[in-house]
Amino acid sequence: MFPFSFEWIWDMGHVVFMGGLWYALTILGIGMTYCIIKSAIDASRGNDEHHH
Amino acid sequence: MKHKKAKKYGMVIDLDKCTGCGSCMVACMAENNVPFRKDESNKLLSITWMRVYKLTNGKPFPNTDICYLPRPCMHCEGQHEGHSPCVTVCPAIATDYNIETGIVSQIYTRCFGCRYCMASCPYHARYFNWWDPVWPDGMEKYLSPNVSPRMRGVVEKCSFCFHKYQLAKEKAFMKGRRELKEDEYQTACTQACPADAITFGDLNNPNHAVYRMAKPDPKHHGRPTNPHAFRLLERLGTNPKVYYLSSREWVRRAGDNYLENESIAKKPAHHE
Amino acid sequence: MDSALIPRGVKRCPFPQFILFVAIVGAVLLWGVYAMLLCWFKGLNQTNMNDAYGFALWIWADLAVIAVGGGAFFTGLLRYIFGKDDLKNIINYAVLIGFICYSSALLILAIDIGQPLRGWFIFWHANVHSMLTEVAFCLSCYFGVLTIEYIPLILENRQIDRVPFFHHLGHNMHETMAVFAATGAFLSFFHQGSLGGVAGVLFGRPFAFREGILIWPWTFFLFTWSAAACGPCFTILITKITETVTRKKLVKDSAIELLAKISGWMLLTYSIAKTADTWYWATVTAPSMGQTLMDFYSNNPLYGIWILILEIAICGFVPAFILITKKGRKNSLALWIAITLATIGVCINRWVMVLQVMAVPVLTFESWFMYFPSWQEIATTILPVAYGVILIAISYRYLPVFPNEPELNPMETLPAQETEKEEAVEPSVDLEQELKPAEA
Ligand code: SF4
Ligand code: SF4
Repeated sequence: MFPFSFEWIWDMGHVVFMGGLWYALTILGIGMTYCIIKSAIDASRGNDEHHH
Repeated sequence: MKHKKAKKYGMVIDLDKCTGCGSCMVACMAENNVPFRKDESNKLLSITWMRVYKLTNGKPFPNTDICYLPRPCMHCEGQHEGHSPCVTVCPAIATDYNIETGIVSQIYTRCFGCRYCMASCPYHARYFNWWDPVWPDGMEKYLSPNVSPRMRGVVEKCSFCFHKYQLAKEKAFMKGRRELKEDEYQTACTQACPADAITFGDLNNPNHAVYRMAKPDPKHHGRPTNPHAFRLLERLGTNPKVYYLSSREWVRRAGDNYLENESIAKKPAHHE
Repeated sequence: MDSALIPRGVKRCPFPQFILFVAIVGAVLLWGVYAMLLCWFKGLNQTNMNDAYGFALWIWADLAVIAVGGGAFFTGLLRYIFGKDDLKNIINYAVLIGFICYSSALLILAIDIGQPLRGWFIFWHANVHSMLTEVAFCLSCYFGVLTIEYIPLILENRQIDRVPFFHHLGHNMHETMAVFAATGAFLSFFHQGSLGGVAGVLFGRPFAFREGILIWPWTFFLFTWSAAACGPCFTILITKITETVTRKKLVKDSAIELLAKISGWMLLTYSIAKTADTWYWATVTAPSMGQTLMDFYSNNPLYGIWILILEIAICGFVPAFILITKKGRKNSLALWIAITLATIGVCINRWVMVLQVMAVPVLTFESWFMYFPSWQEIATTILPVAYGVILIAISYRYLPVFPNEPELNPMETLPAQETEKEEAVEPSVDLEQELKPAEA
C-alpha cells in the first residue's frame, strides 16, 4: 500500500493502481478539508445569505 | 527471467503402478502436521493435501476398469512464470510463486481466509481450516517441528514439502555444496509410496528421472511429449508441474475435458 | 415527543408506533447480530460452506447489494455530471440506499473472511494484480464517498441545521458535490468492474472465465454496465415500496420516469452485450477448454438452462422493453413488473457468477457440488436488510429525504406548530415490514 512496505515494487501495476487510489483519496481529502474550513469561516462570519 | 540455474520441481505419478493404498496421504498428513477431525468422512470439510481419487471408466462388468489418481497441489506455473490461478488472485500475497524452485507457497500467517484462491483452483487442491486443529492427547509431541501448524480461518495446501528442501539445502551447504543431488530433496509422499508410483525431481534437469519420464516440451509450457504422459486439465493453461503416466487411453482422457468427438491428441489450449 | 426533530411540512406517525416498528425490525437485526457473533467467535464452521464452496451465499449477497446499490453512483453521475436536474428529487434516496448497500457489503465481507482481525492485510499487503484487492480498495473508498454524500442530508435535520457550522458545512458540501460524485463514479466503475473480474479471471474455471481487453475480462464491463442499468431500478423499486408503505407520493413522476427510461436503455444494451458475451463464451471460449454449453447446465438438480433464459430474456430483455416505451413507464403495473424483474435479474446474474462457478465440476472425475446455506449464513444475510429498513425508517422520519414530499402532500394544518398533537393520525412508515432495502 505504501512505497515503504516491503512488498512494494515500482512497476506499472503498483504505480497505476496505487496512483489511482491515492489520487481518489487526495481529492476526497482536499474536498472535505475545503468544506470544513470554509464552513468554519462562514460560521464565524455569521454569513447566512444562502438557502438551499 | 532466464535464471539458468532455476529449478522447476515437479512430480511424475505412474497411475499404472498406483494401487490406491493411500500411504502417500498418510505420510503427507504426518509430515506436514495436517489437522484432522474425529470424523473424516466428509471430504469437503477435511484436509487432504494429497488426495487419492478413484476413477472408473463407467463401463459395466466385465469391462469395468478403475484407476487411482493421487492429487497433490499441481504447483501450476501458468502461462508465464508465476501466473498460477491461485497466486494471481490472492489479494494479500499470501500465496506466492517461488521462481527458484517453481514451488507455490502458502503463507499461513499472511492469509486472512478470503478463499478466493480456493475458488480459482480447478483441482480442489486448497483446503480451508474450518476449525482450529485439535490433536489427541499427547500427540502434540509427535508433531513435526519443521512445519508450523495452522490456525482456524486460513487456507492450506501441499507445499511439495518445502521444509525438506530447506533442510536439504542447509545440509548440502554444510558440506560445501550449493546444488542438491536428486535424492537429497524428496517429498514425503514420494518416499512413502510402496509401489514406487511417485517420482519427484527437477523438471529442468535432463538428468532427473522426472524429466526423462515426462519429457516436457519447453516450447509448449512443459507439455509432456511422452505419449503416455498427461497433465490434469492441460487445456486450461494452468501449466501444472505434476505429470501422470498411464498406458490406458481412458485414463488419459479422464485427465481433461474433451468435446464429444474430439480426439485426445488434439490439445488446443486456448491460451497459446 | 420527537416532533422537534421531524422536518417541517411533513407528517409522520406517532412516536410509539415508530418505536414499535423499529423494535420489531430490531429483533430481526439482533438475530442477525447473534449469528454474526457466532461466526466471529466460533469460526466459519458455523456455515455450510466447504472446500468446494469457498465462495457462497455471502459473496453472492455482497455482489448483489453492490450491484443494486449501483443506483447511487449512476444517479449521482446523471445528476451532477450530466446535469439531469430532475433527478434531484430522488438522489437523496439513491444515496441513502447506496449507503446501506455498501455498508452492508463491508459488514458481510468482515464476517466472511476466515481471520477477520487480519482484514487489513488486503490493504497493507495489497496484491495489485488481484481483482479482489481492487474491489476492497474501491469499495472502501466509495463507501467514504457515499458517507460524504449522506452527511449533508443528515445536516439538514431541523435541529442540526440550527448549528451555524453544520448549516454551512451542509451547504458547502452540496456545492462541492459534483467533485465527490465524479470521484464516486470513477471508483464505482472500477469496483463494479472488478467484481465482475473476480469471476472472469478464473482461467481454471471454464464456466466463469472470459476473454477481454488487456487485463480486464468481459465480465468486468458487463458488471459495471448491469449495475448502472439495474441499480437505478432498485432505487425506484425501493422508492415505490416506500411510497406504498407510507401511502404517500414521495417522488415526482418526472424523476422516476426519467430514471426508468435511462435505466431501460442501459438494460437493453446490457442485455444485448450479455447475449453476445454468452454466445461467444458458449461457442468459442468454453469449447476451447473442452466443454460445451450444456455441460454447465445439465445433470444437476438446480442449474438448468432455465436459469440462463430467466436471467437474460425474462429479467433482461422484458424489463428493458417495458422501460424504454413511454407506455410501459407510465403504466404503474408495468413499471412495477419491470423494476422488480430487473432487480431479480441482476441478482440472478451475481448468483450464477458466484455459486454456479463453484457448482460446475471441472475435473472430469468430480461431480456437481450442491450447497444450502446454514441458518447462520441466512441470518447474517438478513441482518443488513433489517439494518437497512431501520436506517431508512429513521432517515425518513427525521431527515428531508424527499424534497418533493411537502409539495406532493400538502398538510391541511399549517406546518408551523411544533406541538405533539400535530402528528396524530396519519399512518406511515410503520407497515414497512416488506421493505427490503438491502435485499439482494
Ligand atoms: S493446483 Fe491449485 S493450489 Fe496448486 S498451484 Fe495450481 S491452482 Fe494453485
Ligand atoms: S484465502 Fe488466503 S491465500 Fe487464499 S486468496 Fe485469500 S488471503 Fe490469499
